[in-house]
Amino acid sequence: KRTSINRIQYYRSLSSAVNNYNQLPTTCDPQSDVYKSNYAAMTKTVNELKTVAKRITLGGNEEARKRHTSKNKLLARDRIDKLVDPNTPFLELSQLAGHLLYDGEEVPAAGIITGIGQVEGRECIIIANDATVKGGSFYPITIKKQLRAQEIARENRLPCIYLVDSGGANLPRQADVFPDKEHFGRTFYNQATMSALGIPQIAVVMGSCTAGGAYVPSMADQSIIVRKQGTIFLAGPPLVKAATGEVVSAEDLGGGDLHCRQSGVTDYIAMDDAHALHLTRRIVSNLNYNKSQQVVMKPTVEPLYPAEEIYGIVGDNLKQVYDVREVIARIVDGSEFDEFKQLYGESLVTGFAHIHGYPVGILANNGVLFSESALKGAHFIQLCCQQKIPLLFLQNITGFMVGREAEAGGIAKNGAKLVNAVACAQVPKITVLIGGSYGAGNYGMAGRSYSPRFLYMWPNARISVMGGEQAAQVLTQITAEQRKRQGQKFTKEEEQAIRDPILSKYEHEGSPYYSSARLWDDGVIDPLDTRLVLALSLSASLNAPIPETRFGIFRM
Amino acid sequence: MTFSKILIANRGEIACRVIRTAQRLGLQSVAVFSDADRGSLHVRMADEAIHIGPPAALQSYLRKDKIIDAAKQTNAQAIHPGYGFLSENYEFCTMCKENNLIFIGPPPNAIRDMGIKNLSKIIMHDANVPVIFGYHGEDQSDATLFSEAKKIGYPIMIKAVRGGGGKGMRIALNENEFMDQLNAAKSESRKSFNDDSVLLEKYIQRPRHVEVQVFGDMHQNYVYLFERDCSVQRRHQKIIEEAPAPGLDWSTRKKLGEAAVKAARAVNYVGAGTVEFIMDENQNFYFMEMNTRLQVEHPITEMITGTDLVEWQIKVAQGEVLPLKQDDIKLNGHAFEARIYAEDPANQFMPGSGRLTYLRTPPTGGDGKIRVETGVLEGDEVSVHYDPMIAKLVAWSTNRGSALQKLRNALQQYYIGGLKTNIPFLMSLCDNKQFQLGNVHTDFIKENKDALFHLQQITPTIAVAAASAFINSQQQPIQSNPNAAPSFFTTCNNSFRPNFSQKQSLTLNYDKKDYQFQIERIDSSNLLVTYENKTYPVEIRPTKDELILLIDGHQFRCRVHIDGDTCTFYSNVSGTSFDFKLRPPSFLAKLASSGLGGAAATSDNPIAPMPGTIDKILVQEGTNVKQGQPLLVMTAMKMEHVIKANKNGTIGKINAIAGKVVKKGEILLTYVADDKKQN
Repeated sequence: KRTSINRIQYYRSLSSAVNNYNQLPTTCDPQSDVYKSNYAAMTKTVNELKTVAKRITLGGNEEARKRHTSKNKLLARDRIDKLVDPNTPFLELSQLAGHLLYDGEEVPAAGIITGIGQVEGRECIIIANDATVKGGSFYPITIKKQLRAQEIARENRLPCIYLVDSGGANLPRQADVFPDKEHFGRTFYNQATMSALGIPQIAVVMGSCTAGGAYVPSMADQSIIVRKQGTIFLAGPPLVKAATGEVVSAEDLGGGDLHCRQSGVTDYIAMDDAHALHLTRRIVSNLNYNKSQQVVMKPTVEPLYPAEEIYGIVGDNLKQVYDVREVIARIVDGSEFDEFKQLYGESLVTGFAHIHGYPVGILANNGVLFSESALKGAHFIQLCCQQKIPLLFLQNITGFMVGREAEAGGIAKNGAKLVNAVACAQVPKITVLIGGSYGAGNYGMAGRSYSPRFLYMWPNARISVMGGEQAAQVLTQITAEQRKRQGQKFTKEEEQAIRDPILSKYEHEGSPYYSSARLWDDGVIDPLDTRLVLALSLSASLNAPIPETRFGIFRM
Repeated sequence: MTFSKILIANRGEIACRVIRTAQRLGLQSVAVFSDADRGSLHVRMADEAIHIGPPAALQSYLRKDKIIDAAKQTNAQAIHPGYGFLSENYEFCTMCKENNLIFIGPPPNAIRDMGIKNLSKIIMHDANVPVIFGYHGEDQSDATLFSEAKKIGYPIMIKAVRGGGGKGMRIALNENEFMDQLNAAKSESRKSFNDDSVLLEKYIQRPRHVEVQVFGDMHQNYVYLFERDCSVQRRHQKIIEEAPAPGLDWSTRKKLGEAAVKAARAVNYVGAGTVEFIMDENQNFYFMEMNTRLQVEHPITEMITGTDLVEWQIKVAQGEVLPLKQDDIKLNGHAFEARIYAEDPANQFMPGSGRLTYLRTPPTGGDGKIRVETGVLEGDEVSVHYDPMIAKLVAWSTNRGSALQKLRNALQQYYIGGLKTNIPFLMSLCDNKQFQLGNVHTDFIKENKDALFHLQQITPTIAVAAASAFINSQQQPIQSNPNAAPSFFTTCNNSFRPNFSQKQSLTLNYDKKDYQFQIERIDSSNLLVTYENKTYPVEIRPTKDELILLIDGHQFRCRVHIDGDTCTFYSNVSGTSFDFKLRPPSFLAKLASSGLGGAAATSDNPIAPMPGTIDKILVQEGTNVKQGQPLLVMTAMKMEHVIKANKNGTIGKINAIAGKVVKKGEILLTYVADDKKQN
């Protein structure tokens, strides 16, 4: 009997040792000078981000906000706060959209706030016009942002709630908002086709819905209007007077009473914003939806190491080399990582982990991609697709290996296998740019073109076709060769004159602010929030069933 | 004479109390219950329970026949009546005897004799127990009154028979004063009530209510278990009791006890009884009445004597000899009992009723030094049909000061949500200097009104704590569908916003004043609360039942309970609880006044629901109508439609004409505009 007890104890101790076996170790030394300077640099970068965000989240200028609230209207962000369940996150997307995009015109958050919030227990896409920003009118970037939010809704099957308060298209910019495929009309196309897919479309008219805007509530499955505040018409009173001579007030032309009693354009009448949002919550609670369990969840365990240490490990200098496992160890549950093919193609780290209980397959760069790394990545993606495990890409990539040896080894076709696998993978893909994102490396690691469900950037990240210095070098070399053919001299000064503008242009255009302002990503996030943002994104993405993946032909 | 099964003809805490001892003694217990008590604690505790009728006591707990039947049905051999209801009912006691059931209490004659107040006084007087007699006679001649006064003994209170509010009331301190005071009383009474009849009573200034617990068995043994002071009363009902009486010297105590035993002996008393005395400032005491039952406040006597009086009752009823002789009964320490009532002390102690939506009792420590005697659980209803007492809180310690301290501390940890209670009042009673000094008398509450009824002040710390606790209580997000896969938005338990913090405003209302806050969440346990232009960092750590708050370097405990629009906040710093009112959303009022409320939204003015013919017009211009009142009748599509008022108001213009066809949506009549109506 004694021996059996001993044996149980032995197995217990063994199993706890085995359980700890996959915990990532760390070599991070918070006392080191490198750590300290990295920490300071990243803190500065993050503080800059928060300073910009603070200004953006105010919305329009003080005068516009006062004018708005004096009419008993809630500010767009307050509307969202009242709409979502108390003490739940609002995963705002593309906060920096429109930032420094239009010369001399500030368009905070592109004049439209989009994101994922939970309403009556259901994850929804919320799209809220900010009427304090240019009357909520649609700039080209506003449309791009709304279309991106609708795309997220479609891919992840999230109900759409439109809090409409907009003067319609920005008329001076009509050419960039009206005619093209990805312009204003597409938003209504999306409403119709999403409704057809059974993705609820709910419109809340809290201000103007003029001209094209009138189609937002009209195309919605269910719509609410705030009495003596919301208006819907194809043409406003001035245009009506010009066209037919009829003199009519906005309320009589398209107010809540008219649309709820006579036209039937809206279905519910609200006394004020709070009432409208309350009614919206009621609508969502009646949607009769069951989120199905698609993945096997584990109990959440916090990482072993504090997230702040990411600052000291990563810093803001992209040339600095660190082991990406140090970052993984600060994002995943219990810092536990079951690494796949650890000894093969070591410049790409692959393996299984959990984030707040959600299973993920992680691909993370640890240097330039070689043939082996690409093959390993393609293999791993196949695995995850077959097992329906969501994929997480942690991008910090200068590109694929170059040179005769690499080319002879088939780096092009092996890289293509990775790109093929990434492109075709149907499991939810989430990409975080944690460092550089250059060239074909961006493709192989699920850049924007590869339709990850969500793509976020850290404020220290950079994105461009190649590094600024490489680009400058290529360009100066071409000129030098040209001169040489023409038998002309190429002075140091001339070289500098080509080099400097390229460097500064790449620096400027590679910045996360430049990227995010143009919606090349879904938001710039504080590295500290990565774990939370990823879990929220995973949760949202699991509203859509994970389909089977069919890959294209892999060139062997 | 022994029995193995008893029926408890009562409810609430006393039924539970009796069942507990019965169980300890190995007796089976039978409860009875009305419709209102179907799931009550005493019913759950008992081995069997019999339904005896509807909620009203007259149709259930006072139905002697039904209770006797219940005892027979369950083969119970004895009935414990508890207190109240049938406990001092002569007929019921007799019926038990006739049905061969043991009534756990005194013999019927003792109940009857003590129940007749004048007779009881005569019996006591004959037994040499000091008694106060008064004169209530028809003969109002000066000579009779004068001699009656002499008989009663000075000082004398002369009261107008019809008097009230102190009118026609005079005090004569001695014989010399008597005639003057009598004449004054008579003339005042005549002027006020047109009648000059007076009655005479012994005047006792600042009287105390002191009662002695006595016990007798069937073998002519009698003991007293010392006295209780129950002077502090409201609405002529006890609110806090203590044993022994404060400031009593031992010789008085002995005299009191012996007088009480004399009283019991005089009526051949058996079982537990209480002899009530009125005591003056010089510790002279006079017999008032005898209660022939176990008293509500019996636990404090148990605490200072180490006895179980219910056990004694059961033993005596079985014919046993009293467990202790007088010399073996030792007075040990001091005990208090506070009665926790559903009532509103600020509103003349008006009794309340309602659901106990939140209920946490203080820790009893396991040493029996704190007792919570209650018959209710969280979720139970304090019914309008019965006494609104929720519990008795009993605290014992070696001396009066520390016992009071313990009571105060336990009261502070008694949390009740859903209805108003007297707990804050009991706490301010504990904090009262005069009470702490033991200067108690029956007018104590009236005399110390100002000190006892001060409204608790809301300090900034309390305000910020209440706001933080409220916000924290809103942290349980909705998982509307328990079958669905969890959403991390629900389970992450925070209000994350990328790159900024969420700010929200909150308004709490207390005593008609608004308290406004701006709240920023840092993370799930840290808030920044801005109140009156100052920002307080708040750290919240929830424990199982409570919140530990750290505000501005000050750590303390609190809890919050939300019920409808009331947010009840308790903390160990404020001492008492605060009922904050939450603001209802403004759209509710707008909705109500718009006439669009409810499921059926209609126009401001009555309109024709479809094309048809007006049949009848039931109102005229200027008619005041109530919502729902029929206004017109119209016929459409062969059906008759009654158009009803959609709001209260006055009819203005009537557009409809009887016999005429109207179009759909036509306004049939209008109301006088609201602003005009007000003018």
